[in-house]
Amino acid sequence: MDLFTKFMDTYPVFLKGMLLTFQLTIVSVFIAIFIGLFFAFLKISKVKVLEWIADIYIFLVRGTPLVVQIFIFYFGLTALDISQFWSVVLGLAFHNGAYIAEIFRGSIQSIDKGQMEAGRSLGMTAGLAMRRIILPQAFRRAMPPLGNQFIIALKDSSLASFIGMYELFNVATTYGSNEYDYMSYLLIVAVYYLVLVLIFSILVNVIEKRMASSD
Amino acid sequence: MSKSYMIKVEKLNKSFGDLHVLKDIDITVKESDVVCLIGASGSGKSTLLRCLNFLELKDSGNIIFEGEKVENETHDLNKVREKVGMVFQHFHLFPHMTVLENVMEAPLHVKKLPKDQVKKDAQDLLKKVGLSDKENVYPSKLSGGQKQRVAIARALAMKPDIMLFDEPTSALDPELVGEVLSTMKELALEGMTMVVVTHEMGFAREVADWAVYMHDGRIVEVGHPEDLFNNPKEQRTKNFLDSVL
Repeated sequence: MDLFTKFMDTYPVFLKGMLLTFQLTIVSVFIAIFIGLFFAFLKISKVKVLEWIADIYIFLVRGTPLVVQIFIFYFGLTALDISQFWSVVLGLAFHNGAYIAEIFRGSIQSIDKGQMEAGRSLGMTAGLAMRRIILPQAFRRAMPPLGNQFIIALKDSSLASFIGMYELFNVATTYGSNEYDYMSYLLIVAVYYLVLVLIFSILVNVIEKRMASSD
Repeated sequence: MSKSYMIKVEKLNKSFGDLHVLKDIDITVKESDVVCLIGASGSGKSTLLRCLNFLELKDSGNIIFEGEKVENETHDLNKVREKVGMVFQHFHLFPHMTVLENVMEAPLHVKKLPKDQVKKDAQDLLKKVGLSDKENVYPSKLSGGQKQRVAIARALAMKPDIMLFDEPTSALDPELVGEVLSTMKELALEGMTMVVVTHEMGFAREVADWAVYMHDGRIVEVGHPEDLFNNPKEQRTKNFLDSVL
């Protein structure tokens, strides 16, 4: 059986896996953006205690493997009885939130101080100037690294296979072991990932172009 | 309405760390006055201007705005800033908004005025500064002089009682200085109260009701521009004028 036949025989199952991978990524990234924004604000709050809280969070996330974090949600916090799906989503969101926090912090701080002053000089409160003037520009500047982070999250979602979710990677290894042919199915799953990443990249590019219309 | 005090500053002091930038500044700006602050860089004139709209907060002394003593802690400084327009050396237009949106932003979101009215006012202001044809253009497409005129329109959109200009032409190519100065001149003729930090001695001479020479954080000499420029009383003023004129 050649690679193409294998591909054609298995694509309904792979597509299901791809859908799950896609869902895991989208939901976790969505949550991670809010977590990231929240901790970015703590970091720039100039309130020592809040900065420490953000630093500790980022230290914990960066200092431990993602798979450990996912296992904590699923096998560790048994009392909370979190489903497989949400364990992975929360793990990924918790993890990516830390990196996204640093991305947002950097992009917010990269906006010229004069922008905030111009807003304030027009009578805006600091909050309004942040919302209307700083954040729209910061988001635009954050898009390229954010796009990278989305792609990392997409690939990291393969760790869901470790708690038995049939996303792309698990589908591939299951076929591989059942048919004693890992190589074929690993090549096939690589193609699925590449296609997903390609779709993501195009999506990010489109958003970036839209936001950059003023340049 | 008789000429009344717009801003009165008494014994204003401001330090940045160990650096004592403003030392016992006393200055009074009356309604419709056009005041030019001149002096070498580092003399504190920009800091003084920034204290007048509380972008920098005073360490001590009094700032009395329209008859009310403004305290850093107890006053709603945002409300005060609504009445004090500011134009910056580097424009600081909002790059993610069109020219028209820049001018509409504050009346719409700070004063929360109805959009139709705000848009009409903004269009009138852009006409006034001669940029009606640039309404839907983003700031990155404008020349420096055009940017600064949009910045002036943006500040005027809040209908301020006083306008502060922080070296409004210093970042411009020489051939673009004129258009900004003529916009400011027009504003002065309409009776706008203005405080202008500038190196444009010609403008100061022509438009200012009086000029203030600052050196090392102090006001050295105050006078009508003609008197101050032609017959400075202080040696330091004379030295400065010799170096710039």
